[in-house]
Amino acid sequence: MEILQLLGHGLVLALQPINIALIIAGVTVGLFIGAMPGLGSVNGVAILLPITFLVPPDSAIIFLAAIYYGAMYGGAISSITLGIPGASTAVATTFDGRPLALKGRASLALVSAAIASFVGGTVSIILFTAFAPPLAHVALNFGPPEIFALMLLAFATFVGLGGDDIPKTILSICLGLVFAAVGFDQISGAPRLVFFDISGFLHGINFLVLAIGVYGIGEMLWTIDTTRGKITTTEAKISVAGVVADTKEYAREGWRGTTIGSFLGFFVGMLPAAGATPGSLMSYGVAKMLGKDPSSYGKGNPDGVAAPESANNSASTGAMLPMLTLGIPGSPTTAILLGGMVIWGLTPGPRLFADQPEFVWGLIGSFYVSNFFALIINLSFIPLFIWMLRMPFTILAPLIFVLSIVGGYAATNDMHDVWLMLIFGLGAFFLRKFDYPLAPAVLAIVLGPIAEPTLRQSLLLSSGDPMIFFSRPIAAVTMVCAIILILLPLFKMIYDRSRGKSAKTGNV
Amino acid sequence: MTKVMSNFAKLAGAAAIGVMGLFGTASAQDWQPTKPVDFVIMAGAGGGADQIARFLQSVSEKLDLTNRPLVPNNKGGGSGAEALIALNGASDPDHSILVTLNSFFTTPLRQQNLNIDINTFTPVAMMGVDPFVLWVHKDSGITTFEQWVEAVKAADGEYVMGGTGTGQEDSLVIGYLANELGLKIKYIPYAGGGEVAKELAGKQVMATVNNPAEARGFYQSGDVIPLVAFAAERLETFPDVPTMTELGHDFAYNNQRAVVGAPGMSEEAAAYYQNLFKTIYDSEEWQSYMTSESLAPMWLSPEEQKAYWAEQIERHKQLLSEIEG
Repeated sequence: MEILQLLGHGLVLALQPINIALIIAGVTVGLFIGAMPGLGSVNGVAILLPITFLVPPDSAIIFLAAIYYGAMYGGAISSITLGIPGASTAVATTFDGRPLALKGRASLALVSAAIASFVGGTVSIILFTAFAPPLAHVALNFGPPEIFALMLLAFATFVGLGGDDIPKTILSICLGLVFAAVGFDQISGAPRLVFFDISGFLHGINFLVLAIGVYGIGEMLWTIDTTRGKITTTEAKISVAGVVADTKEYAREGWRGTTIGSFLGFFVGMLPAAGATPGSLMSYGVAKMLGKDPSSYGKGNPDGVAAPESANNSASTGAMLPMLTLGIPGSPTTAILLGGMVIWGLTPGPRLFADQPEFVWGLIGSFYVSNFFALIINLSFIPLFIWMLRMPFTILAPLIFVLSIVGGYAATNDMHDVWLMLIFGLGAFFLRKFDYPLAPAVLAIVLGPIAEPTLRQSLLLSSGDPMIFFSRPIAAVTMVCAIILILLPLFKMIYDRSRGKSAKTGNV
Repeated sequence: MTKVMSNFAKLAGAAAIGVMGLFGTASAQDWQPTKPVDFVIMAGAGGGADQIARFLQSVSEKLDLTNRPLVPNNKGGGSGAEALIALNGASDPDHSILVTLNSFFTTPLRQQNLNIDINTFTPVAMMGVDPFVLWVHKDSGITTFEQWVEAVKAADGEYVMGGTGTGQEDSLVIGYLANELGLKIKYIPYAGGGEVAKELAGKQVMATVNNPAEARGFYQSGDVIPLVAFAAERLETFPDVPTMTELGHDFAYNNQRAVVGAPGMSEEAAAYYQNLFKTIYDSEEWQSYMTSESLAPMWLSPEEQKAYWAEQIERHKQLLSEIEG
């Protein structure tokens, strides 16, 4: 009951007029920053951090948290309408959001994204409110072997029941892993895979550069190729009755993804080093695996929008947890928030909940309020986004091209990455012509930099003995699940063959 | 989308005007930055160096010290090699400064093929030095350095310590301990000092050599215990923790918290940044930060910094030979 009382205080704080105004401003700014390709919550929070010195610390963090939330909603918008991931956290949203928009169901995708974000946000805040301090200790139990096992499980969800061609999926993952390895080796500190000694490769390949290349440029080329230059307009209508119907359809089709995303996203976001991007990709993978018809994902299934969107909002709350309770940021954005807290004179860490209850509960209260306003503001902007979609493709294509270039540059401020993005776009177009799934490559470049060091740290811990993954309970369970999933297609093949044989013999 | 764009532009414009208004006029000086300053950090987000860099930036913002913002830019790759390369090849040396750690000395020594001569860099400011402390988890039952040495010996090569990477500051201290006391330690590299502190709190590793600021949260919550400080004198914030010297080993090791400019920076720009960081150094915010984070104050003039660099290069050559020789 003490928690409810503290939460009540927090809500009162968040509902003060100045804070409400800041929340509405923050959510709106965040929504647009999130929708701009290449700019995500990291940029938004970093750009606006200095402005927060004008208001008291409580209000400042509330404002920044509102931007963070707004950006999580906003990222979905350009993913769906233009096919360019608006933010790193919304990459998985393009997988099904874009096909839905092409089918003329953009409003269904946008409504699903908004409601799933709201549900994910709400579930995560409730989890946060109830379990923050004990969950921080769960996060501490995740050492390198546990994290690696989790990463392997994420890969497994993309291989095991993908519905795609398995050798091609594996090849796609390997491509992503190679790109992920470019740059510096964390363990030895030596540069590696610096192709042709081009210094731009030293900072590695930012995965947003790959994602914008694949989904922005690649998608544009694909559309031009398939329509052969015919002027096309995407069917997109919007009406109140339509939104109501979309909401019903979302509730029917998207509940599974939303549930998975809300819980898995929170959990993955909570682990330091992971954050919202892996959280949303993993939730997509799991939703696809558990879905009624895995092969319908990637072709415009609202569940494929609901899973990553609920997950990225849930993960953004989750990532606050290690930041506040351990002083370790769970995502790049929380790292900047952490910097802000230090200058406001607050020390994040195990003592924060005890020493600064007003601040902590004010922040939690603002999560509830921000989440509510983000939903309202997002839904009210949907007609605008739909209207954009009705522009002829001859106008949209150059727009996509320009936004992709801007996004590729904004990610790292390096022209090298713009060229790289264009090359990835071309490469993706040809791979797609040969039916290679590209989502696994994007997954691999996000998870590779987490999986590789944790694998090597684990093996260093055990002096090279792989049994370390099976001798620790959490790691062991996760590993076994991952291995079963990877082998599942093999079992299925054997099963199908034996049945096929018996069927034949039956005929004879 | 045009509406989106124009809204965004309006917001950006409003923010820009707000920011300009904030800064107003700095002190009358010949040279001032004409665009945002690339404030490169030689470490990943969240670690000690990152926290300090962001604090310095915040003080500058709070006191309206610059007409253009310092924009933090984490380049921690390859023990800071990424940052050194970026500064070395900076297209605009007058707007590129770097927050350094001791990897400023060790990385060019360890990676000769980078062809980086730190003597070409421009000294800006020495903001203080950060001591190192040996930490264990409270559940280990170890409370003194002597017990720790025995525990390491008893583990016979299976004693696991976490750090930020071979050749990094903490690994040099651990290398010294191993050589001086004949210990066998298994060393696991992690991404940053913050992560190392968390790994110890979660008992993934048995001991760490961390800066006080990095381990402080878990120290206050009672999860970790300091055993010995690698400092010349007892630390103000840990008056009960003995120094290595008191225990009969003459060894102190600090991490420098310094700011340097890119090679080829103009004298006017160098003077501007030297003034800027002197103001920050003298500010109440920085002084109280040093106290609370157990940093030792140490202000050096540009000439003194150059001399300090020469001294540290020699010292690190010797320390590196101990872990790699």
